[in-house]
Amino acid sequence: MKLTIPEQELMEKGHMACLGCGGSLAMRYLLKALGKDTMMAIPACCWAVIPGVFPYSCLEIPLQYVAFEATGAAISGMEAALKAKGKKDGVTVVGWAGDGGTVDIGIQALSGAVERGHDVKYVCYDNEAYMNTGIQRSSATPKGAWTTTTPVGNTRFWKQTNKKNIVEIMAAHDIPYACTASVAYPEDLIKKAKKMKDIKGPCYMHIYAPCPTGWKYPPEKTIELSRLATESCIFPLYEVTYGKYKINKDIKDEKKKPIIDYLRSQGRFRKLDEETIRSLQKHVDDEWIKLKKKVECFGEE
Amino acid sequence: MPDDHEINYNSYKELPPSPIATGSSLVFKTGGWRTMRPIIDLEKCKKCGICWKYCPDVSIIIVEDLPKVDLDYCKGCGICANECPFDAIVMVEEESI
Ligand SMILES: Cc1ncc(C[n+]2csc(CCOP(=O)(O)OP(=O)(O)O)c2C)c(N)n1
Ligand code: SF4
Ligand code: SF4
Ligand code: SF4
Ligand SMILES: [Mg+2]
Repeated sequence: MKLTIPEQELMEKGHMACLGCGGSLAMRYLLKALGKDTMMAIPACCWAVIPGVFPYSCLEIPLQYVAFEATGAAISGMEAALKAKGKKDGVTVVGWAGDGGTVDIGIQALSGAVERGHDVKYVCYDNEAYMNTGIQRSSATPKGAWTTTTPVGNTRFWKQTNKKNIVEIMAAHDIPYACTASVAYPEDLIKKAKKMKDIKGPCYMHIYAPCPTGWKYPPEKTIELSRLATESCIFPLYEVTYGKYKINKDIKDEKKKPIIDYLRSQGRFRKLDEETIRSLQKHVDDEWIKLKKKVECFGEE
Repeated sequence: MPDDHEINYNSYKELPPSPIATGSSLVFKTGGWRTMRPIIDLEKCKKCGICWKYCPDVSIIIVEDLPKVDLDYCKGCGICANECPFDAIVMVEEESI
């Protein structure tokens, strides 16, 4: 059998994620890359439920549950404690949180941890809403998406503002390493996770992790959708290493797909009108050009 | 971690001082959630490993260099069938089996 990613599994079967959950694949890949000498903090999110009820867990690494807003602070403390005990060498301290726990309520603790320069790796699996509590919008929810707090009816229409760009916020902290990754490209995700492990200092990874339950699409489409998100430049794969930008999956202009196929594949975008779709396409195009300009001006040689 | 063993605390006195999970999720046989079952046609299989790579439930196992579905845990999401480049996997309704 041809295996393109490590064989070792540190996420067991029998976990509690829904069928086709992108977030569970994201964890499976991350742990393949980081290995068993990893320590993790997880706040309230789907992943606080996925491991299973006490006294069982699907993760074969030490895991500490923390308060929703506290991931950045918790991993800072874990790192400091390991250092104080002289046990930090060879151990990777990871904060693993959802988009709500990262771009909304956890952003202050994350910002603090990165600014202080702790040797921690923060990974956000982005399912673009508060899924564990029943699909409420977060600031990572894209413009145009239905959620239970951005309902579509006679008086209100989908989410009105664009997704917050957390990777750029991290880059603005002068962080040693920030990147995006996607469950459709596990080889790329694993390469980046290994790179984070080798860098001393804070690193940030943002993983595109579709949620069939909250986005309203059939579970078998998780990978297909993720691929489409990258091929239409809605979710570009890139990294910022010590301020140097690099696109990891280049999309040639003639190969770049229109976002309409992506939008039509999910129930959460079902009611969008033509005009909104055009404005969303323009936003995606503008952001893609901006990113390419950054690579041009601040790229790796 | 001990695998596949149920842990029973018969009284609060037996509980550990802090709630540390010592058991494995292998006790949860999530195969019971399944309504559609993936069936692999090994004649068509080219051993590319893609179904194994993309299974969110770690339920494609490799036995004698061939993919096999672990029916104790497979939830029937259909990703393996959707991603197999050689159409070697079909999803079949459980009730029809
Ligand atoms: C301080 C606080 N506020 C609210 C909650 C309720 N809560 C638990 S999980 C959750 C949603 C988490 O969303 P996200 O971080 O995106 O992770 P997801 O569930 O989508 O994986 C909320 C609001 C909480 N646990 N603590
Ligand atoms: S609600 Fe979405 S993110 Fe949460 S477990 Fe289900 S599929 Fe995964
Ligand atoms: S994806 Fe298809 S061809 Fe590849 S190993 Fe699985 S069944 Fe075989
Ligand atoms: S149907 Fe889903 S859970 Fe079952 S083996 Fe295929 S990918 Fe894994
Ligand atoms: Mg979320």
